[in-house]
Amino acid sequence: MLLITCPWCGPRDEAEYHYGGQAHVPYPERPADLDDEQWAAYVFYRDNPKGPFAERWMHGTGCRRWFNVLRDTVSYEVLASYRLDEPRPELPQAGGNR
Amino acid sequence: MTAQPLPEHPDFLWRNPEPRSSYDVVIVGAGGHGLATAYYLAKNHGITDVAVLEKGWLAGGNMARNTTIIRSNYLWDESAAIYEHALKLWEGLPEELDYDFLFSQRGVLNLAHTLQDVRESVRRVGANRLGGVDAQWLEPDEVAEVCPILNVSPRTRYPVLGATFQPRAGIAKHDHVAWALARRADEMGVDLIQGCEVTGFLKDGDRVVGVETSRGRIRAGRVGLAAAGHSSVLAELAGFRLPVQSHPLQALVSELHEPVHPTVVMSNHVHVYVSQAHKGELVLGAGVDSYNGYGQRGSFHVIEQQMAAAVELFPVFARAHVLRTWGGIVDVTPDASPIIGTTPVENLFVNCGWGTGGFKATPAAGWTFAHTVATGEPHPLNAPFALERFATGALIDEHGAAAVAH
Repeated sequence: MLLITCPWCGPRDEAEYHYGGQAHVPYPERPADLDDEQWAAYVFYRDNPKGPFAERWMHGTGCRRWFNVLRDTVSYEVLASYRLDEPRPELPQAGGNR
Repeated sequence: MTAQPLPEHPDFLWRNPEPRSSYDVVIVGAGGHGLATAYYLAKNHGITDVAVLEKGWLAGGNMARNTTIIRSNYLWDESAAIYEHALKLWEGLPEELDYDFLFSQRGVLNLAHTLQDVRESVRRVGANRLGGVDAQWLEPDEVAEVCPILNVSPRTRYPVLGATFQPRAGIAKHDHVAWALARRADEMGVDLIQGCEVTGFLKDGDRVVGVETSRGRIRAGRVGLAAAGHSSVLAELAGFRLPVQSHPLQALVSELHEPVHPTVVMSNHVHVYVSQAHKGELVLGAGVDSYNGYGQRGSFHVIEQQMAAAVELFPVFARAHVLRTWGGIVDVTPDASPIIGTTPVENLFVNCGWGTGGFKATPAAGWTFAHTVATGEPHPLNAPFALERFATGALIDEHGAAAVAH
């Protein structure tokens, strides 16, 4: 079981959280201008990296707030957790040969 | 019903050739789907200048990690058609491959625990029967006749209100399926190359002309990807995206028991599926871990929940023990249906997105993917499963419809 640190409540078991997939996916700036391919990309296509991945979690049995986690999808190591209004943290090895 | 000893198998079922510098077709991934694709390329299309490249060992990924359930009782016509084609092929393969891989048509019960479950189940039975798939709706007392150890008492937290039953469904010995396909493919001239990881794609403009591998450069007329959980990693190397997310999917077995479980039982609502392997292990599985992961393992609470569900349904299992647990990496699409077809890269084809349902589809995935690779066009059975459906909106939404929670 993962041990995830909620930015407001502190470290809690994974079972307290709900997963929300890739973080930092902005709503299209000009939705009316999108064609079908671009809508498909926004609605259905998400990154699926093998390595560090910024993803959303929600603390369902705690403060019930969404936040972001940077986690390695191979080792499952939680590298950082941060609020939605914070940018993805730069880690020394993030994106590298972890 | 008695426990069956597994058949002996010969020491060597295939050669282990060095990769040549060029092939007509390179298939990436020597799991069930890659091997079945190679087998049908040779058998149905006469294409034998084929290499199947495997970064690990043959059938060591999800083919070694599934719960071996075979069924075709899917809701939507497109799904039922391809899975039923698979089931018909399964029925002939032991003889065709001359290998008894213990295909056992012991049936599958999909339990209903809520009024909504009942309505969806009855609807699915109707859809299956119209589509030529064997399906029955059973009341609780009839469910108990099929599977006497199942608790159908109305006094449980989620009583069994009935079940769909597909008598032709069943299980097979997964490793032996892979070895049977590998032996025949090898005999027809296919090179099965283990320990050979694809690290890049050779392209001439928008056309693929080969692959870079850990064992050197291999040129290819056509390339087919059958890499399950690693499909999006390969797609990225080839320069396109796939709408799949890789998740851990866990399963477990108990120690060996006398045969007590005569069929396959699946429950969406309390969320577990259970069968008993020929040797006697209880084989349990459930849904994916929620998070993306390539680690071939998941979180223990997922195992704990599926065991709790199993004991609720089968009080007799309360004193069984977990012998082993493991995880595979499944690639899940937004509509829980596979992607089999062409890609934005010419001469590069993809078979992926089978999520939690890949094993049962093995022969049909191979049949249709071989057709697609050989002709450059999809077979009628896999035409609806094109990558383009995510832009056109013609989804085949099996989430919650396919008699299993994903």
